Amino acid sequence: MFKSQALTEYIAKIDTNKCIRCKRCIQNCGWGVYSWGGDKVNIDTNKCVKCLRCYHYCPVEAIDIVDNPTFYKRNHNWSFQHIKNIKKQAETGGIPLTGMGCDLDYPVLFDNLLLDACQVTNPSIDPLREPMELRTFLGKKPSRLDIKRDKKGKLKLKTKMTPQIELRSPFMFSPMSFGSISLNAQKVLAMAAKECGIVMNTGEGGLHEDLYPYKTNVMVQVASGRFGVNPEYLNAGVAVEIKIGQGAKPGIGGHLPGEKIPLQVAKTRMIPIGTDALSPAPQHDIYSIEDLRQLIYALKEATEYKKPISVKIATVHNVAAIASGIARAGADIIYLDGFRGGTGAAPTVIRDHMGIPIEHAVAAVDDRLREEGIRNEASIVAAGGIRSAGDAAKAIALGADACAIGTTALMTMGCTVCGKCYTGNCSWGITTQRPELTARLDPEVYGQRLMNLIRAWNHELMEILGALGVNSIESLRGSRERLRGVGLDSATLDMLGVKPAGR
Amino acid sequence: MNHDYQKDIAGCGLTGLISKKKNRLDGSHIKKSLSLMNDRGNGLGAGYAAYGIYPELPEHYAFHVMYDYSSSRMEAEELLKANYEIEKIEEMPTAPVKEITVSPLLMRYFVKPKKDKVRADLSEEDFVVKTIMQINSEVEGAYIFSSGKNMGAFKGVGNPAEIADFFKLEEYEGFTWTGHTRFPTNTPGWWGGAHPFTLLDWSIVHNGEISSYGINKRYLEMFGYKLTLLTDTEVVAYLFDLLLRKHGLDIETACSALAAPFWKDIDKMDEGDREVYTAIRMAYGSALLNGPFSLLFGHKNGLVGINDRIKLRPLVAATKDDMVYMASEESAIREICAEPEHVWSPKAGEPVIVEFDK
Amino acid sequence: MKIEAKGVYYKELNEKVREAVKGGEKDIVLDNVNGQYFIGDGIKGKGVSITINGVPGNDMAAFMDGPTIRVNSNAQDNICNTMNSGKVIVEGNAGDVLGYGMRGGRLFVRGNVGYRIGIHMKGHGKLSPVIISGGKAGDFFGEYMAGGVLILLGLNAKNGEAIVGDYLGTGMHGGVIYIRGEVDPENVGKEVGILDPDEKDMKQLRGYLEEYCKDLDLDIEDVMSKPFKKLLPVSARPYGNLYAY
Repeated sequence: MFKSQALTEYIAKIDTNKCIRCKRCIQNCGWGVYSWGGDKVNIDTNKCVKCLRCYHYCPVEAIDIVDNPTFYKRNHNWSFQHIKNIKKQAETGGIPLTGMGCDLDYPVLFDNLLLDACQVTNPSIDPLREPMELRTFLGKKPSRLDIKRDKKGKLKLKTKMTPQIELRSPFMFSPMSFGSISLNAQKVLAMAAKECGIVMNTGEGGLHEDLYPYKTNVMVQVASGRFGVNPEYLNAGVAVEIKIGQGAKPGIGGHLPGEKIPLQVAKTRMIPIGTDALSPAPQHDIYSIEDLRQLIYALKEATEYKKPISVKIATVHNVAAIASGIARAGADIIYLDGFRGGTGAAPTVIRDHMGIPIEHAVAAVDDRLREEGIRNEASIVAAGGIRSAGDAAKAIALGADACAIGTTALMTMGCTVCGKCYTGNCSWGITTQRPELTARLDPEVYGQRLMNLIRAWNHELMEILGALGVNSIESLRGSRERLRGVGLDSATLDMLGVKPAGR
Repeated sequence: MNHDYQKDIAGCGLTGLISKKKNRLDGSHIKKSLSLMNDRGNGLGAGYAAYGIYPELPEHYAFHVMYDYSSSRMEAEELLKANYEIEKIEEMPTAPVKEITVSPLLMRYFVKPKKDKVRADLSEEDFVVKTIMQINSEVEGAYIFSSGKNMGAFKGVGNPAEIADFFKLEEYEGFTWTGHTRFPTNTPGWWGGAHPFTLLDWSIVHNGEISSYGINKRYLEMFGYKLTLLTDTEVVAYLFDLLLRKHGLDIETACSALAAPFWKDIDKMDEGDREVYTAIRMAYGSALLNGPFSLLFGHKNGLVGINDRIKLRPLVAATKDDMVYMASEESAIREICAEPEHVWSPKAGEPVIVEFDK
Repeated sequence: MKIEAKGVYYKELNEKVREAVKGGEKDIVLDNVNGQYFIGDGIKGKGVSITINGVPGNDMAAFMDGPTIRVNSNAQDNICNTMNSGKVIVEGNAGDVLGYGMRGGRLFVRGNVGYRIGIHMKGHGKLSPVIISGGKAGDFFGEYMAGGVLILLGLNAKNGEAIVGDYLGTGMHGGVIYIRGEVDPENVGKEVGILDPDEKDMKQLRGYLEEYCKDLDLDIEDVMSKPFKKLLPVSARPYGNLYAY
């Protein structure tokens, strides 16, 4: 048996002078890096993924995780990952898997866009002391209202409104299924969503009975695997989402490894314990746009037209035309997942080389729906690469109604984006079903952290609106006049509908 | 999609008066009132709108048109002749004013669309709007700056008195007048940039900058409006046209879309009102005028004054007999009505709606 | 000394006023004022009295330091802007953003006042500006207030009518506001506490109101006949937990 030529990426080190032999690192590491050697901790550094759990839980700061100094010879063309993947593939004949979003150096357009602020000709508004509104409704809006006055002069609404999701601020949590993440992680999302007046999304793994108390803040998903989908489930949440694709792996299905299918997951999904949970690449009742319409209306019928229907797609090249079709097929919400969006497991080659960024997609879809005069027919949710309230504000200015965050939410639970979600060994108890690991994720404690994040982002968004001199989020939505591009070529600016800085 | 435009920014003062009994006043009053607020403008733009000034041809659309070149006139007139019965073509009467050295060619047409142009799916008014959008966006150097019946806008580069004298406003008599003095911060040389902005019978004079211009513009474009002037005031005129004429809302309801009540206050309403105002905010969120403004909105049945929902721009109203006055400053009212019966400052976002006596 | 203001541009008018003050004139009357901006801006001198007949324009008494101005009519926006000391008495109503950053002196208005009154009024030691309105006020009364005294009487209010708008005292971190009548806690900034004034407060309040009543010829007992509410900031740093360090 040869030693693998795929180089170890990280070296875990323990300073034996500092180490007090408390063994916390051994308990905390889900990867089996550490073991007890009788008088000191032994280290199998090959297993280390640099998730930093041990580092955070070492009481004496004796641990250091460093990048392997024995790097392949530096080469701009052949990166570490290229070489390592080739070695791995040569040894196994397999497709390298990965977790989380694309980590390659593609341009992030959010970093090339700047927001406006008021000076002299219009006043900025103080968001702390004057009203500032973030309330957001997702769903189909009528293009016009029919309002009449009765004899007493009271207004009467004649237009029939369709159901909406009401969000206290324009944020939601991305779909992450029970199975891909732990029940405790889902509870964190559900508790924070309820407390913040926003919604979490079940993903395609069904709704565990423990989450029913949070159903006013839950959106349920129907995907190609049809896990846990029953009439009660469809009617449990505030909306139903049809998942067509995911930004990190457009065009391919899901694959939840058997290690992540213990009894509870198996029960919710109605599949055997320990078997791989397979979501087919397409929805096999949707081979064309008219089929999507059929599924949308089947769901509307099943929910008696009381729930808005969202359709989630990965942003691919022709996203504008696809979105237009989705709106015309009757969807109330179009959820756009940019190519930088996260995943629990995806083939690296797909994640890193397919789709388009969310910035381009939002701009293109918003433009297209406006050109066709149907922007009111569906709300747009932007996801896949929202890292801060600044990104969110820019996405909204480009045309999004709300932003969904997944990776960001997981980071509040401890995630350090190590990218090994597909192994089921997450030491933070997030993307694992191992009970000794999931138990460490206390929903109360981490729910509070996630609430803090949303609260902070709300305040940041209000600060941004205040500087822009508007006191309601709808005045930023689609207002590309308040964006300028820096270092972008004219084709990109034209595509984004944004002027260059200085003009 | 045209996004590469330079938005026009301007500060200003405004004033307006209306006789509820439709008594007609000549243009000297509004000129006097507006001239008092010269310091709110910088002499680079002023204008007026007047209703009831063309009683001899009250059923014809009165097009006031600016031309930069004689070729623009030829092109525009060709288009007008093909589509309209033209009752009268004339140069707009003007008087020499020392300070005004350059002006565009100013023409006036009294017209009606040819019978065959109006169809079931295209009302007469829609047809007129289409013509205006076409000429203003496609005929270079031509700009229709007034298009209502029995009303007209008069505007240009100069201070309030200069523009009033130039257009000989003392020779017109109207029952509603609005006026505007302007402090442009860019593109100051264009006559079309002055207020009021009009479309059909609607006219807007406006103070303040609409910080939500970007989305208001894109919202209107979805309904086929072509925003050629790059000023927020144009947006306001078209929003009123959309909400009142096309969507059939009444003025008060339209105002509650443009200066919408806060959610905090909607939440306190009774169920019926809450339903209506929630729907208004949902459906017309992109029409919300955000940022500082006060504006006067003239139309054939009356005059409306409104300011933004946190009152970042001033508006004062006053009454005397059958007259109602509204202005940026009380002194502008007192300049022409020394002893009003009642003077008040309207609340934020609360419209003052004046209609003619029945 | 009488100065005719009819049709006089503000620059000329204010020049005349400044010259009169420099020349030792103590009693100046401006007749037929209408809309002239900046009257009394930056002028100094205790004992100087200016009477204005007509409606003065915006920004009257800005940066003023000492004189007394009596307006026998309504007044417009932005008066007493960053005023240092002196007194302004308005017989009618006054507009928006009065006494912005006011550092000292008095503004007494018989009638209503507009939006954003007493924004960021200051106060330190004995320097304490006072604004009193006998009528009603709009939203953002006492916004960012850092010192001084704001009093709202609502003498012209109909029974049950609210005398002050929304966002009362929002951002208030110093000074005190007295409202004659009840205050709806829903309209009050979250950093403000609503209290019943104690005896010492009432004594202080009466002191200010006696001066106000004298200047505007009102009956102090009438004014004091209704209970007041006292508004104070409840935290010096209400937004401390909004930031991460």
